Amino acid sequence: MAVETIFALSSGRPPAAISVIRVSGPQAHSAAFSIGGDLPQARNAVVRELRHPDTGELLDEALVLRFDAPASSTGEDIVELQCHGGRAVVDAVLGALASIDGLREARPGEFTRRAFENGRIDLTEAEGLADLIEAETESQRKAALALAEGGLRKQIETWQERLLGLCARAERAIDYVDEDEGIASVELGNECRDLAAELREWLERPRVEPLKDGVRVVVAGPPNAGKSSLINAIAGEERAIVTDLPGTTRDHIEVPLALDGIPILLTDTAGLREAENKVEAIGVERASRLAEAADVLIWLGEDEMAPSHPRRIDVHAKSDIAAPGLRGRIPVSAVTQEGIKDLLQAVAARAKSLLPGEGAVALNRRQASLIDEASRAVGAAAESGDPVLTAEDLRHARAAFDRLTGRAGVEDVLDALFGRFCLGK
Amino acid sequence: MFHVEQSSAKAGPVHDVLVIGAGHAGCEAAAAAARRGARVGLLTFRAEDAGQMSCNPSIGGVGKGHLVRELDVFDGLMARAADRASIHRRMLNRSKGPAVWGPRVQADRKLYREAVGRLLGESGAEIIVAEALALVIRDSRVVGIETSSGTLPCRAAVITTGTFLDARMFVGERIMEGGRRGQTASLSLASQIREIGLGQGRLKTGTPPRLDGRTIDWARLEEQPSDADAWTMSALGDEIRQPQLGCAIARTNSRTHDIIASNFGRSPLFAGSIEGRGPRYCPSIEDKVKRFGDRDSHQIFLEPEGLDDVLVYPNGISTSLPEDVQDDFVRSIEGLERSEIVRPGYAVEYEFVDPRKLNAVLEVRELPGLFLAGQINGTTGYEEAAAQGLVAGLNAAAAALELDEVRFDRRTSYIGVMIDDLTLQGVSEPYRMMTARAEYRLSLRADNATTRLGQAAIDADCISNRRKDQIESHFAERGGSSWSDSDEARADALYAPYVARQEHEWAAVQQDARVWIPQALDYATIPGLSNEMVERLQIAAPETLDQASRVHGITPAALSALYVAVARRVAA
Repeated sequence: MAVETIFALSSGRPPAAISVIRVSGPQAHSAAFSIGGDLPQARNAVVRELRHPDTGELLDEALVLRFDAPASSTGEDIVELQCHGGRAVVDAVLGALASIDGLREARPGEFTRRAFENGRIDLTEAEGLADLIEAETESQRKAALALAEGGLRKQIETWQERLLGLCARAERAIDYVDEDEGIASVELGNECRDLAAELREWLERPRVEPLKDGVRVVVAGPPNAGKSSLINAIAGEERAIVTDLPGTTRDHIEVPLALDGIPILLTDTAGLREAENKVEAIGVERASRLAEAADVLIWLGEDEMAPSHPRRIDVHAKSDIAAPGLRGRIPVSAVTQEGIKDLLQAVAARAKSLLPGEGAVALNRRQASLIDEASRAVGAAAESGDPVLTAEDLRHARAAFDRLTGRAGVEDVLDALFGRFCLGK
Repeated sequence: MFHVEQSSAKAGPVHDVLVIGAGHAGCEAAAAAARRGARVGLLTFRAEDAGQMSCNPSIGGVGKGHLVRELDVFDGLMARAADRASIHRRMLNRSKGPAVWGPRVQADRKLYREAVGRLLGESGAEIIVAEALALVIRDSRVVGIETSSGTLPCRAAVITTGTFLDARMFVGERIMEGGRRGQTASLSLASQIREIGLGQGRLKTGTPPRLDGRTIDWARLEEQPSDADAWTMSALGDEIRQPQLGCAIARTNSRTHDIIASNFGRSPLFAGSIEGRGPRYCPSIEDKVKRFGDRDSHQIFLEPEGLDDVLVYPNGISTSLPEDVQDDFVRSIEGLERSEIVRPGYAVEYEFVDPRKLNAVLEVRELPGLFLAGQINGTTGYEEAAAQGLVAGLNAAAAALELDEVRFDRRTSYIGVMIDDLTLQGVSEPYRMMTARAEYRLSLRADNATTRLGQAAIDADCISNRRKDQIESHFAERGGSSWSDSDEARADALYAPYVARQEHEWAAVQQDARVWIPQALDYATIPGLSNEMVERLQIAAPETLDQASRVHGITPAALSALYVAVARRVAA
């Protein structure tokens, strides 16, 4: 079995000036070629347009560096992509890499682990790695404990127990042929469906990330609608470049704010319209993607052009000079400051709905993705029709929970199996 | 005696491998070692005991049938003997996916014993009727066995004493020494095994009373017919000539349960005279009545013991209650009102060895050349014993003749699953194979044993020409145009998407399996391991990081610490 090729964001959390994405493994070069075209010579850099390998969509213009095995930090072929540091850019590039067959996101510490395995770091560094691993689990433990205050751990244990019970019953149907076959299978299917639905319900709840990273509030609208002025008025400083010419804001600009103690990331976008030149086209594309990725959308354009969004706030901008607005819109003027307060209240109210309530349990991205995996597997188990496949799907769900918290061995299923049922030979 | 030893030492021992015990594990071990070219001696109390089915007269089942098919690929005896002795065949789990179909046959006891005896004879293993008294150990190696008729030198030894090590039998208040009815226990060997530090504790197992089939009212019982299609246990597929009989199903009732419950006090299980733990999944009838009081009936399968044998084995009512209680409760069952008990049921309590002291080829880590297989390792069942016998036999021959080891892994065989479970996790109750133990169950099917293990069997150089032809023609068929119509190909297609996902899991496992842990590693010096983990790792002595991940209670963080410690050592 070949070594897998891994990738990850290796620099700090975006937004930042530059984000470094590292790809390491036998497919690193071919993967980089498929999104960025020809690579430079080893230990050289070139500027390349990065495009999604399937759609050809332009993701970013980036500096591409190439290292050849074994002369690299991991001892494997490596490509480093130095992208613009916006979160959307990073997400898009990571997404494009993930779509390539044979590539997967690196696990924590995996680059270091490979470096060590390939003899690229020495013993003292390895000792550092041991500390690192410990520190990592310790902080994970602390994070888990913090979450447990809200009861997540207990909740997960309850799910695990239910899942274990379901596994035990599926296994029983297989290994105990002479027991009353089939009776329980309808019931088992229903209980799987219930559990899957409950897991899905949890996935829809507010997550931890908005609390940690800020609620993403995107200001969008046609060119020259007054987006940048509005942001400046809110932020109270000249952050965005404001001119009277349409299309000045080519990239988006993020302004971190605190509203009623709620962390907010206010984002200006290029005007949403048919772009006339290529560079701006990128900005427009990004803007519509950003609007999609927005937690809260402040819309400055016409109703009929408004993107659909569950938390859209329609604003009648330039209320000091424009004609009176339509009903249901908040009139706002960046010049007179009219309506800014109302707008902020509206934003805060919607942002709040995205945050976990005081003391409520919230999932982070990792937990959510594992619970999502478990939920899909349990859902599949309900529909498979064959106890063998039901059991396999449930085993898969259990593996997801195991990764969430620790481990449960086959022995645990057997314990559950034999503790609960009467089993004839 | 001294002179005998001297002279044979000069000429080299007569036997490369000596096997103690001629049960299912012992017979397979002896035959397997002989098939690899070793000169084998098989020690038994009585020659006619070879291949005896001491409990239920059936071979196979779900999980167990998988083991038998795997054993068969290596030319093991069990599948072929089962085909020659089969008097009733059922493919269990037919209504479910093919991964869990379990071939199971009722075997005529006499025919089975004869078949095993014949196959054993063909293998060239020599049967030696003597009691093994002690192992002869020199420089921490087994060099011979002291027996009731002299000391026999050897290069490797396999102990397969089953339930006979310091065994005690219980029928109600009566307690007798002995591992099986009418037979003696191996006491001196047991004390030596304890001295060596191998003994762990005691387990118990039980057997039901045997009924006289002529006294059963068959007409009032539900019939269970033998399968109509002509499948066989062995891939060699010799024609089954003997007639196939039907079995019958009886059921306990509330009166049966009342009789049993009112005599709990007379059961050695509850009176406290049995300390050993029994298998939860093969509980005695008194256990079932006590633990599952809400059930008003339990099934009993009435299985004939042979074509010309009146004995019937009532599967499902193993018991150690006193004989008069056995009479009463059996006769409370519809169809059994006038039945006669020919031999009462009994419980056996026996000593077993902690299998975590064995390595992945069932060799005692501290005593090279000594292998243990079968029930002595804490397992239950003929099939589990036989499969271990194969592993021990193949590898005892390897140790004696300096051949390659033959290892089994979890990805390609139930045998691998069992050995891995036993040697890493140990046992706290008798270990029985179940498909739930195999995480790669969808690929480990009874229908594809040849595909999974054929090449390994050829490489181990332990099979007949006939078997080799069969394996090679199977491989040729796989490449052929009509392959997609075969049951195996259809099952492969059915599970393909799931198997692909498992391939990824396996790849991750393999990565860790390449990280070898030095056997001299002092776990106590590794930062980040709790005392409990250190102890468990010391006992299980995993060979690789992957194995360490399956030692009970080892967390991912502990694994990381272990990994770093090992890597540092290798680099140093």
